[in-house]
Formats: sequence, structure tokens, C-alpha cells
Amino acid sequence: MLQSIPLDWYLILSAVLFVIGVIGVITRRNAIIIFMSIELMLNAVNLTMVSFSSFLGDVSGQIFVFFIMAVAAAEAAVGLAIVLALFRKRQTIYVDEVNIMKW
Amino acid sequence: MNLDVILFAIFAIGAVASAIFTVTRKNPVAAAMSLIGHFFMLAGLYLTLHAQFVAVVQVLVYAGAIMVLVVFVIMLLNLGNEQQLTERISMRTTLGTLMAALFAVQIITGLMARPTGLHQQSAAAATIGTTASIGNALFTTYIFPFEAVSILLLAALIGAVVLAKRHLQEGA
Repeated sequence: MLQSIPLDWYLILSAVLFVIGVIGVITRRNAIIIFMSIELMLNAVNLTMVSFSSFLGDVSGQIFVFFIMAVAAAEAAVGLAIVLALFRKRQTIYVDEVNIMKW
Repeated sequence: MNLDVILFAIFAIGAVASAIFTVTRKNPVAAAMSLIGHFFMLAGLYLTLHAQFVAVVQVLVYAGAIMVLVVFVIMLLNLGNEQQLTERISMRTTLGTLMAALFAVQIITGLMARPTGLHQQSAAAATIGTTASIGNALFTTYIFPFEAVSILLLAALIGAVVLAKRHLQEGA
């Protein structure tokens, strides 16, 4: 039986993965890598949801993960289309070279 | 050491290592490949939590669909030039990492201060992760969010086509 790992281990693992995603978003300049770091953060939250769902015996957490995946797919489609449009316009995907909206 | 600890350790270390690899690689293709590995590790973790359906969907949707999209965009942008790939090491990198580490300390001390006290998965865990149970909840209690999400996907589809289209309006 796979039942002896406490919930806190999953939560700490999920926190660590989330923070790795945060580091990626803050420090990288490549828009695609920033995008992948956002996916890392979304997945860390999904892990929290699934752990709570299993430990509390409630299916809602897994349903929410399903919805988060749908929203992430939508985000991927739109986000990558924006990256493509940006590259056509400016020939770069480095976010610090795109500063037209910077005050 | 029993099987569940070993499995958890393998998947957890694999997930953290592939996540670190993803955010540190210069080459976006290498980052994308290790992100696919990360998704597989997470699917394994979901299996240790008795969430079979979520694990399968994770592999299909994330490692399958979304990463194909990402790799496709990397290919379209054709960023093969090594000189373009160099990332400037600036003060922002160290400052950002420090801030994120602080954030990690905050979350983990918060978790440590009030442990959840849940050491066993619920007895119902073995049955709620099945496709039947998820489908049941999805099409009864959560039918409205389900329909809303399908509208959102349609909107994203149209939005992506419009955004990625070449020359929507000349001179715009």
C-alpha cells in the first residue's frame, strides 16, 4: 500500500517546485523559458490539489486539476501565439528588449 | 525503507532536478525536453496519490499536447544561433534568486509551523481517482464549470489563430 508518505512532504515538494518556477520567471529573459516556468508553477499547484484530494478523500481537488489543465492549454495556445507575433514584429523573444510599454 | 518511500524519493528528486534543469538551460530545446521529463515525474507522483486519471491526463495533455506546441514554436522561431542564446548575467539574476529563496523559506516555515497532521491517505483515495468517479463529479456537480471551460478553450483557439495570423491588417 502506498500510504505512508505524510501530506506535508508533498506540500513541501510542491512549494520547492513552485519556487523553482518563480526563479525561472524572475531571472530568465527568453520568453519561451518564462512560459515554461509558468507551466512549472501551475504544475506545482496541481500537485498540491491532488495531494489534498487524496488525503481528504474528496474528488473536487482532482476536478480542479482538470480545469487548471484546460486553462493551461488555452494559455499555452494564446501565449505562444503572442510570442510568435512578437517575434515577427521585433525579431526577438527576449523580454528585456521589448520595452515599448515600459514607463 | 519500503516501496512507497523509495518511489516518492525517486519521483521527487527527479521532479526537482528536471525543474532546475528547465530553468537553467540556455538552449530552449534542452529546457523543453527536461520539462517533458518533469511532467512524467509529476505523473508518477500523481500515481502514488492514487490519482490515475489525472496522471494519464497529465502525460497526454502536458507532455503530449502542450509541449508539442512549445517545441513547434521553438522550431518556428529558429533560434539556433548560439550567440543569440547567451543570457546576460546581471544583478537581477542574483537578486531574483535571493527573493525567490526568501519566498521558499517563507512557505516552508509556514508549513512547518502548522503541520497538517495527515499521515495517511484517506481510505476513499483508492476509489476517487478513477475515471468513473471523476466523470461522475464532472458531469453532475461541476457541469457548469465544464461548459464554461469549453467556451474558454474555443475562445483561446480563435484568439491563437487571430494572433498568429500573418498580416491581419496592413500597416496596423
